[in-house]
Amino acid sequence: MINNENAVELRDIEMHFNMSSEKLQSLKEYFLKFMKRQLHFENFVAVDKVSFDIKKGDVFGIVGLNGCGKSTTLKIISGILKPTKGSVETQGVIAPLIELGAGFDMELTARENIYLNGSVLGYSKKFMDEKFDDIVEFSEMRDFLDVPMKNYSSGMVARIGFAIATVTTPDILIVDEILAVGDFLFQQKCEERINKMMQDDTTVIIVSHSIEQIERLCKHCVWLEKGKVKMIGETAEVCNAYKNTKRE
Amino acid sequence: MSSVATNKRSFFSDFKRFMPLLKNLVAKDFKIKYRRSILGVAWSVLNPLFTMLVLTIVFKVILRVKVGPGVDFATYYIVGASLWNFFSEATSTSLSSILTSGALIRKVYIPKYIFPLEKCVFALVNFSFSLVAVLAVMLIRGVYPTWATLLFPIPVIYCFIFACGLSLFLSAVTVYFRDVQHLYGVLLTMWIYLTPILYSTETLEQLAPSMQFVKYILYLNPMTHYINYFRAVVMYGVYGDLPSIEINVVCIAMSLAMLGFGALVFKKAEGKFILHL
Ligand SMILES: Nc1ncnc2c1ncn2[C@@H]1O[C@H](COP(=O)(O)OP(=O)(O)OP(=O)(O)O)[C@@H](O)[C@H]1O
Ligand SMILES: [Mg+2]
Repeated sequence: MINNENAVELRDIEMHFNMSSEKLQSLKEYFLKFMKRQLHFENFVAVDKVSFDIKKGDVFGIVGLNGCGKSTTLKIISGILKPTKGSVETQGVIAPLIELGAGFDMELTARENIYLNGSVLGYSKKFMDEKFDDIVEFSEMRDFLDVPMKNYSSGMVARIGFAIATVTTPDILIVDEILAVGDFLFQQKCEERINKMMQDDTTVIIVSHSIEQIERLCKHCVWLEKGKVKMIGETAEVCNAYKNTKRE
Repeated sequence: MSSVATNKRSFFSDFKRFMPLLKNLVAKDFKIKYRRSILGVAWSVLNPLFTMLVLTIVFKVILRVKVGPGVDFATYYIVGASLWNFFSEATSTSLSSILTSGALIRKVYIPKYIFPLEKCVFALVNFSFSLVAVLAVMLIRGVYPTWATLLFPIPVIYCFIFACGLSLFLSAVTVYFRDVQHLYGVLLTMWIYLTPILYSTETLEQLAPSMQFVKYILYLNPMTHYINYFRAVVMYGVYGDLPSIEINVVCIAMSLAMLGFGALVFKKAEGKFILHL
């Protein structure tokens, strides 16, 4: 059972990927390989025995070099990926902002996409009707509402995405680098909103390559290295240690 | 909004939460299908009519196929074909539904059965348009609806459940083996000829003794039962008797067996979808 004070508990999480260069996609290939006993799977461990707790109301950062398993860990927390081993427990409604434009169909207009994306997150039509103006207001995209999203810039897509995901106060908000594409004014606006959520006891999990942003927002941090927890604790400590990493 | 714990998601709370998504996806498919076509929805009515015209000329006029005493061929054909088309559209579009939703599946948590289910619902929407064509042909050919016609949702629901089950199975397997798409295309072609759409099960009574096995294949084919049921109620008084309790039991058993099997395979496979997309 999850401890009542924790929003997320990870216990010995492992995520294995099959990295064999050729993915078998046809029955014929499969049978041939099977007969020749060539069905080898090159195992790659992207996340290796990671355990940590995130307290309710915490703002929690994950730092680490490219490919160290940050996004994979976030996907495991939000239920998108099922870990190969270990247990994940979470409490409350999760709003994941894993990647830009998740749940958008670029052929449709922003107006249509707001409803589509809302339903992807499990919000009802009535709820979206009520919140529609909020979303448009926050994203500052009113003039572009009836333009197909394929004609949007990446920052504009991020604005709409962030506005939809944060229109409720989710219990857990997961942000994977998407703040980086907004301009500095919008970044400030997002940070204000995150700060406000913190006061409302939302747990926020942030991945960012901007150490300043992590230092500014987060209370606690974990530093992942090659899929393992290298260090965990107060943001200042972890970030200082991380900043001192040398190129090998 | 219900609370969602990663490893305690219940089927029913998920289903309720994602109903609006199902609706939105159907609406999206609808918009994309009928956008930039002048006749739009009318195509769903005209298409079966044209096919019916051609096939009636070939099979009735040229080949002189008989489907039973006093049974109008054009009506016989279009009633059966409409349900078959629903089934074949539902299953063949579902087949690749998980693959084409990869972008979503990789980024957000959504119960994955939504995608094949959505294709089946969308096929059902298209089917309801084709019913206009069915009704038109019936009126033109003088096969008038009776009170029994109102029972038509029953075989449609049986067929829908069967199609959902098969769709779950196909969409899951296709993620692992892409050539299922081609295989299923071939299977559908054989399947349509082993379903009484252009001929009737009654004519099979005259089969040579050595060919009796064809009859058994037909009876093992669930589509035979759904289509015959559908005809029996829609064309009541002209073709077939009202389905007995036994027939209902057979239909329900076949539908639920397929749904159970499909759901089982899907559930076993869905955890690993994301690694293969
Ligand atoms: N679906 C997948 N199949 C195979 N390998 C994968 C898959 N997803 C991630 N990986 C591997 O897992 C490792 C961790 O990836 P992840 O995306 O979590 O890195 P990250 O820490 O988010 O990096 P970045 O800072 O670049 O965003 C990488 O080596 C990547 O190649
Ligand atoms: Mg990443």
